Amino acid sequence: MLWRKGSSAGHKRLAVHAFANPARFLRIARPATSWLLLVGLALAVAGMAAGLTLTPPDYLQGETVRILYIHVPSAWLGMAGWGGIAAASISQLVWRHPLAAIAGRAVAPAGATFAAICLITGSIWGRPTWGTWWEWDGRLTSMLVLFFLYLGYIALATAERERSGEGRVTAIFGLVGAINLPIIHYSVLWWRTLHQGESIGLTGSTIDNSILWPLPLTMIGFTCLFAAAALMRMRAELAEAKVEARVRRMALK
Amino acid sequence: MNPWPFVAAAYVVAVCLTSGLLGWAFASMRRAETAADELKRK
Repeated sequence: MLWRKGSSAGHKRLAVHAFANPARFLRIARPATSWLLLVGLALAVAGMAAGLTLTPPDYLQGETVRILYIHVPSAWLGMAGWGGIAAASISQLVWRHPLAAIAGRAVAPAGATFAAICLITGSIWGRPTWGTWWEWDGRLTSMLVLFFLYLGYIALATAERERSGEGRVTAIFGLVGAINLPIIHYSVLWWRTLHQGESIGLTGSTIDNSILWPLPLTMIGFTCLFAAAALMRMRAELAEAKVEARVRRMALK
Repeated sequence: MNPWPFVAAAYVVAVCLTSGLLGWAFASMRRAETAADELKRK
């Protein structure tokens, strides 16, 4: 846990609360947005170009293996996005971090987009490889559930914000929805149906290096683009909140 | 079955959806920050 001494009263407080001040957060977020966009675009384009032109076809899947370079990063980001929502929900419910609800709302559209990319590219890969666009397999179904959870979260967050609520119901929904993450991860072990088992783990991979090497480029590249999109949405929400507060103050005068 | 139309379709979907997300996020950020700056100047 990130603890540090408070400067004045000497109380211990969470280091993450250092970013509770929107002005301080924006000082870091503004340059970070541009850097993440630049690095993300460069790596994602390089990884996709390399994946399309420089790697050999797979002995079993042939040329369709190239879909891996976009499918795997989008699956990772679809799941990591909800991990971020769950972390923001805990931060909001336990520590009442003022930026937590904004962070959760900012991550949701990016997470939903990458979950959709994962589902669509997986379906496109499945047609020539499995002979079907869709199968009610454990991994595919749990990923589809994640996409619907994102839609529910976005709808709930929008409705709660319009009613000027604190976003507690949305945060609880974000926390409860996290139960789907281990289900997605272990689905290929629990239900051995169509989707292949884990081929990339923390300790290594069963994919040959001649095919695997562009994958880290697209993984890091799309992660940077995801972070840039989330930061831009946070900046938009903070600016909208500033406008609302100013208009309210002007109306009271 | 020719695999290239499938590979191309997957990449087009990924590029279009990612560009759409980034474009929407950028436009909403610029709109909100411009409105905040204009109100501050008033």
